[in-house]
Amino acid sequence: MTRARELLARATNPTATVFILLVLVFAAVFAMNPGFFAGPSLMAFLKQAAPLVILAAGQYFVIVSGNFDLSVGALVGAQVVIAARLIDGEESRTVPVLIVMALFGIAVGLVNGLITTALKVQSFITTLGMLLVLYGAIRLWTGGAPTGSLSEAFRVPGRMGIEDVPVLGQIPWALLIMVALGAGAVLLMRTRFGRILLAAGDNERAAALSGARVDTARTLAFVLSGLSATVAGVLIGGFAGVSAQVGDGLEFTVITAVVLGGVVLGGGRGSVLAAMAGALVIEGLFTLFNQMALPATLRPAVQGAIIIAAVAYAARARARPVPTATATPTPS
Amino acid sequence: MTQRLAGPRLGTTALIYLALAGVLVVGGAAVAMDGGNLFATANLVDMLTRTSLTGFLAIGMTLVILCRSLDLSVGYTAALSSLVAATTMDGQAGNVPLAVAAVLLVSGFVGAFNGAVTAYLGVNPFITTLGTGLIIKGYLDTQYKGPAGDVPAVFQQFGYTRIGPVPVSALVMLLVAAAAIWFLRSTRIGHHMYAVGGDADVARMSGIRTGRTLLVAHILCGMTAGAAGLLLAARFGTGSAEAYTNLYELDAIAAVVLGGTLLLGGKGGVAGTVAGVAILAVLDTVFNVLQIDPFAKDVLRGVVIIAAVAIYARRQLDRHARRPRFAEGRAS
Repeated sequence: MTRARELLARATNPTATVFILLVLVFAAVFAMNPGFFAGPSLMAFLKQAAPLVILAAGQYFVIVSGNFDLSVGALVGAQVVIAARLIDGEESRTVPVLIVMALFGIAVGLVNGLITTALKVQSFITTLGMLLVLYGAIRLWTGGAPTGSLSEAFRVPGRMGIEDVPVLGQIPWALLIMVALGAGAVLLMRTRFGRILLAAGDNERAAALSGARVDTARTLAFVLSGLSATVAGVLIGGFAGVSAQVGDGLEFTVITAVVLGGVVLGGGRGSVLAAMAGALVIEGLFTLFNQMALPATLRPAVQGAIIIAAVAYAARARARPVPTATATPTPS
Repeated sequence: MTQRLAGPRLGTTALIYLALAGVLVVGGAAVAMDGGNLFATANLVDMLTRTSLTGFLAIGMTLVILCRSLDLSVGYTAALSSLVAATTMDGQAGNVPLAVAAVLLVSGFVGAFNGAVTAYLGVNPFITTLGTGLIIKGYLDTQYKGPAGDVPAVFQQFGYTRIGPVPVSALVMLLVAAAAIWFLRSTRIGHHMYAVGGDADVARMSGIRTGRTLLVAHILCGMTAGAAGLLLAARFGTGSAEAYTNLYELDAIAAVVLGGTLLLGGKGGVAGTVAGVAILAVLDTVFNVLQIDPFAKDVLRGVVIIAAVAIYARRQLDRHARRPRFAEGRAS
């Protein structure tokens, strides 16, 4: 009896909600198109989903420590444009430009983090300002439309993979990068740094009074988010090519994914694995919309309704277990 | 008494009006060096015209932000309202009152939905209003392929007439602002908004219906977005779904925060917001007169917003140390 109840409690826990949602979405996808789970199409899906999953991991660090990063979409766009302009089709420039991009991502994260922690500007405003600055600066630099082109080597991570694998066909590099970074993120949350992040988001004062370097941890979270946007930029640029609209509105999709994963805006609660699962749910929804041949104009409406419903359900589940938790120590 | 302060300490609102004066002086000087005159009638008209649209949105946004909520759907609500207005008027001057009523009803309903989901289902307002925005966007994109409806000449006056250099729309905006200031200072529910934003739990334990307060704030915010939609319709002469692409919501939030209202709620006011709106309008006009590249405008705006909030943050820190929210002497 108690075991059953425990399982039930675990299933209604907000972190678990996202996994239930994941199963539901993919069951629906499977019902519409049984061929979806064949190796190649599943791999193609994961290749496309990888950037959002990586961004969700980066955003998770920022959100769980009690902040927002609204600048990631603009940063992804900026990175793609920077890459195209600096590489300009020259294969030999690929690696140096990747290093420049990484440094740029770190710098943007560092500026976001320092303005938020040292100058005490709310992160919503800091990163909103950064969004405007990046958006304007990139267009100013390129004169409105992106110029240059990416090299073939640059496009490998976003497009290629290990070919001729039995059953699966191609294992995309994007998937391997996603799994590696995801595992890294999960491990990172188990270190001292991860615990400080959670503590800072939960109760900043208590964390600071117990000796944690809250500001340092929060700044590092922004740097991680900047780096995740860089990796996502490389993957998206490789997969989809260069355009002026890359990254537009991506910040809201990413934050939605993280919140779908049961991570609480304001910080202190939620797991990085669930945040990444939230990104997969969103990508799954997009796939589902494709298969249902839902008119493109109607998709945002359905997406909006599902997000509100899912988060409302998770909020209900979060509110409920509290009274039962105090009543658990009954003899069986 | 601290020595560095001569005379009484300036209130936050006074400081913001001082900042506005400073922006006017610096902007005027910059334009004068360029050989122009910022205070020429044409420029003044431009400035005042710019204030009205953001002004309407920012007044409502102030109310929800005071309650520690947020509304990211106002741009979409305004676009929807402009369509409702233009299609209801349909070129007939006699339909104007009906159209205004319909707009306020529809936009109030959108606000009520935001408020109810946020207050009673416990969904984070960021997600609620993002979702609502997506739902409206989906509806608009599906339903309206282009501009629709026809605004009679009488109502277009609302967009263009001016008394001296002051556009009627700006006057109406100031009237709404005055009403909002009165509402926050002199009504019970206005006071409740500060209490809910300051600490929702304490407010509830003091007998305030926090849910209802939040609901009212969101309804009023929706209705001011409706007023902005009416203005859009009057200016364009038709209803336009494309209006939402201008990201008015971010402008409005920036104006509110520039106006000294805390994003964390409980502190601030509409008087400051009006100054915040004016600062943004002056900046835009100055950039226009100086013919600064539109992309550079974005960069400068981002920098100004961050810098201004950083300056306020310094003061607030100061203040926080002196005046705790619940001083011992005042507890009953």
